[in-house]
Amino acid sequence: MLKVEHLTKIYEGGTLALDDVSFEVPDGQFLAVIGLSGSGKSTLLRCINRLIEPTDGRITWNGVDVTKASQEEMRRIRRRIGMVFQHFNLVHRSKVLTNVLQGSLGYVNPALSLINRFPKDQMSKAYRQLARVGLEEKAGQRADELSGGQQQRVGVARALMQDPEMILADEPVASLDPVLAHSIMQYLERINRDDGVTVLCSLHFLDLVHRYADRAIALNEGKLVFEGPPSEIDDAKFKDIYGQEAERVG
Amino acid sequence: MADGQDTPQQSPLDPMPLEPKRGLKRTVLFILAMVFGVIVYAYGFDVTKVNLDEIKSETRQTQLVRVLRSLARPDLMTYERVSTPTDATFAMPCPAGGFTSDEPDVDARHITIEPACVEPGGKITVRGVNFSANARGTLFQVPPSDDLELRLADFQVDGNGDFELVVNTRERESDQPQTIRAITRENIGTLFNPVEVSQDDNENGVQDPIEMPAAGQYTFEIPAALPGVPGFALIDPGRDVVQFATLGEPFQATNGPAQGDTAIPLEETQTDGLRIAQVIGGASGGQINLQGPAGTSMSNWTMAIYDSLTGEVTATVVVTDSIVKSPRISQSTTDTWDRIIETVFLAFLATTLGTIIAVPLSFMAARNLMKDISVPMTKLALQLLAMPVGVGVGILAAGWARTISEQLIDSTFLVILGLVIIPFLMVLAFRWALPPVEEEPPTPAERSVRAGVIAIASVGGIVVLFLLASLMVTVGDWLAPRLSAFDFIGSFVANLGDILNAIITLLTALATAGVLMNLAGKLGMWMKGHLPVGFIKVFRMPLAAAAGAVLAVLIGIGIGSLYQITDPLKIYWVPAAVGAAIGLALAIRAYQREQVGIGLSVYYIARTIFNAIRSIEPLVMVIVFVVWVGIGPFAGSLALALHTVAALAKLYSEQVESIQPGPIEAVKASGATRVQTIVYAVIPQIVPPYISFTLYRWDINVRMSTIIGFAGGGGIGFLLQQNIRLLNYRAASVNMLAIAIVVASMDYLSSRIRERIV
Repeated sequence: MLKVEHLTKIYEGGTLALDDVSFEVPDGQFLAVIGLSGSGKSTLLRCINRLIEPTDGRITWNGVDVTKASQEEMRRIRRRIGMVFQHFNLVHRSKVLTNVLQGSLGYVNPALSLINRFPKDQMSKAYRQLARVGLEEKAGQRADELSGGQQQRVGVARALMQDPEMILADEPVASLDPVLAHSIMQYLERINRDDGVTVLCSLHFLDLVHRYADRAIALNEGKLVFEGPPSEIDDAKFKDIYGQEAERVG
Repeated sequence: MADGQDTPQQSPLDPMPLEPKRGLKRTVLFILAMVFGVIVYAYGFDVTKVNLDEIKSETRQTQLVRVLRSLARPDLMTYERVSTPTDATFAMPCPAGGFTSDEPDVDARHITIEPACVEPGGKITVRGVNFSANARGTLFQVPPSDDLELRLADFQVDGNGDFELVVNTRERESDQPQTIRAITRENIGTLFNPVEVSQDDNENGVQDPIEMPAAGQYTFEIPAALPGVPGFALIDPGRDVVQFATLGEPFQATNGPAQGDTAIPLEETQTDGLRIAQVIGGASGGQINLQGPAGTSMSNWTMAIYDSLTGEVTATVVVTDSIVKSPRISQSTTDTWDRIIETVFLAFLATTLGTIIAVPLSFMAARNLMKDISVPMTKLALQLLAMPVGVGVGILAAGWARTISEQLIDSTFLVILGLVIIPFLMVLAFRWALPPVEEEPPTPAERSVRAGVIAIASVGGIVVLFLLASLMVTVGDWLAPRLSAFDFIGSFVANLGDILNAIITLLTALATAGVLMNLAGKLGMWMKGHLPVGFIKVFRMPLAAAAGAVLAVLIGIGIGSLYQITDPLKIYWVPAAVGAAIGLALAIRAYQREQVGIGLSVYYIARTIFNAIRSIEPLVMVIVFVVWVGIGPFAGSLALALHTVAALAKLYSEQVESIQPGPIEAVKASGATRVQTIVYAVIPQIVPPYISFTLYRWDINVRMSTIIGFAGGGGIGFLLQQNIRLLNYRAASVNMLAIAIVVASMDYLSSRIRERIV
């Protein structure tokens, strides 16, 4: 159970990114976060694993207060939360396998990992994750030799490497074409359904929300403007979320 | 001035007239700027003492031409020269009956003088016939009274073997005929056809025969006036002493080629082949007769003459003449070769050393990595307090380890045994004390036992380092004489051992400080988590004050030692008070905001230090290092390395600042530590630019190292400076040529490597 209470984030320049946002996500739910660009979706997701420090409010996950955690505790929390990014965030010059192994950094012996030594079981696990996203034969290639869709699959494998209980996906398909978008979303769906992993996924396209999400929340200028099943987003709600001039596409 | 003509046509309706006005203003401004520019330039001329009279001065011009000509003929090869004199006579002043010089042999090489007699100082015309074509030479006047050769002029023979020269004679009146001597000096051998030449090594003016005659003796002359009974060391061309004999009592040589050997009476020496057969004379001069197989080449054999009283080589080592090839590589060239190798490696060492240090430092000067690092005030204060304690404990621990290791060092066997057993025990200890991730947190008792085991194992580790250092020294010293040409590898190993031995204490102090600071940090975090917030907020005030005081006292001691301040008030109490005040102020300021942005402070401090060091040229730095380690390439490489650290750290850190933030975020999100984040997200991104910058720096260092010798830093610059001071421009030209070749080829090489890698 993830519980977000009165979460507020004000950036140094005074920008109000999140304004008193509260919601709950039961374990195993696929939650879509929607909203315009700049509405605070990325900030919200990054506050949950504290890549961005919240200004105010409280986040509890499985009964642990994430906002109060020390650095060391935060590392332990983060390793149970996988993250998938819009721009994949792979290390281009590293091998695909190394990129996947990055997911295990929170678990392995820190000293040995510094000289690129990973335990055998982690290595075979990394291969298994790559196989799961259909890229086992690409393990030895450099990450930037892969296509966009393949890179995002590596990103998913890296998140899986963490044995996550929750995955934060920050617009995972915004840089991909619609066909690839569905393939990535299906991976997330499978992880959610088969492994029971909670997924928080920010999305642009409403048809993807309808197709994959159990529930959706919507942000507009940092405020929570909608919370409920995707089917409830009718035209009126849509205008609330995206503004009066917005037109539905797809 | 087209603009000026437009001015009268002003009309209120026409907007055009405004244009010329603006134009006029601009013109005036432009002229003012020009005038200003001229004034600046004129002042510049005055300040830099531009003086065209000097350029026009004839003596300066001839000097310049001489220097340029020398520079244009680098002294790469040495030719043996043969000097051939040709004489003719004339009279000065004209005798009553006139003077007729001897008829020259018109078919042979000869000179004629016209007129045959002159008044003192008068002009004569000297013509030479049948000389070697294009030879150069000098004309001398040899007055009959003495052997002096008075130089008159240089001449150059034309392509037909003739020359003609009008010269002023010197005023040396005599009733005897005077001689004009034309001496030509010609190189022996050509570049592609070198010939063997006998060299007058002992400079006795005679080229001695260099082969042992079929029947007879070979003779070394004993110089006159030795202090006592002499000893003689016969030395072969390989610098080995073949025979060491004395005419008196046996004695031991204290220096020279026979150092350490004992001279025995001549009759008792037993030598095969060439040997000293007989000494005629002794302390007051004489000769040494050698006997040996006929036809033995005496080229490069040496006779060292010792004083039996002191055992020292007396002033002289008598050398026989030797056979050399002409032309051959000159001394300047071989010296230059040695020095240019030194230069290249100086730059190499400086670059590698600088790079190794600069890489970790560059992360401290990268804003994007540092700006997020902030620690709670309590933790920071505790860590600052722990630092000097850690350093002290580290030094103590290193002291114990040194004492333990000294028990073992005498026996190489024990050292090796220790090196095998202690690391094995250490691994066991660490395995036991640091188990992989546990679900159950260990009890406090378990924790303290583990900490104790780790502490003991760590002292064991330091002992291992000491043993390793001593083993390296032993192995290096053992290897050095056994590797002959590769003896430098042995001394390198021994040197590394010495360096290791010297830095162990430092490393231990730093490591212990790090561990204690880490523990203090954990304590701070624990306090923050377990004690009431109000208590912490009050408690951290004295803590911050104490930390500030400690830090300030440390700085105070440093400054005190630099400025020789001994007053305890100034180096302890005043800094302590100031530091405490600053700490307290910070704690009050951070009353609400618990976090202190330590990262940015480190960033600014690192940046400032780098910029300060970078602005001091290595040429200046080397002066300090010369004082420390003496004149030579070591000082040069240290100075260059220091500058390289600062310059590279800055360049590197700018590269770190320009990397993509995405991967860092991704790695952080997976629960990686800060160091892991750097290794996995930062380093892969910066490898190509780092290599590129390192090569660029290597390029710069090669160029810098060519002149660092000017300030005593060794390398080719040292030689170049010497040659320039000695006005030996031809040798200097060889140095410059070598610099040009090395710099150009380094430039080419590094650009090729950069292309390859990046």
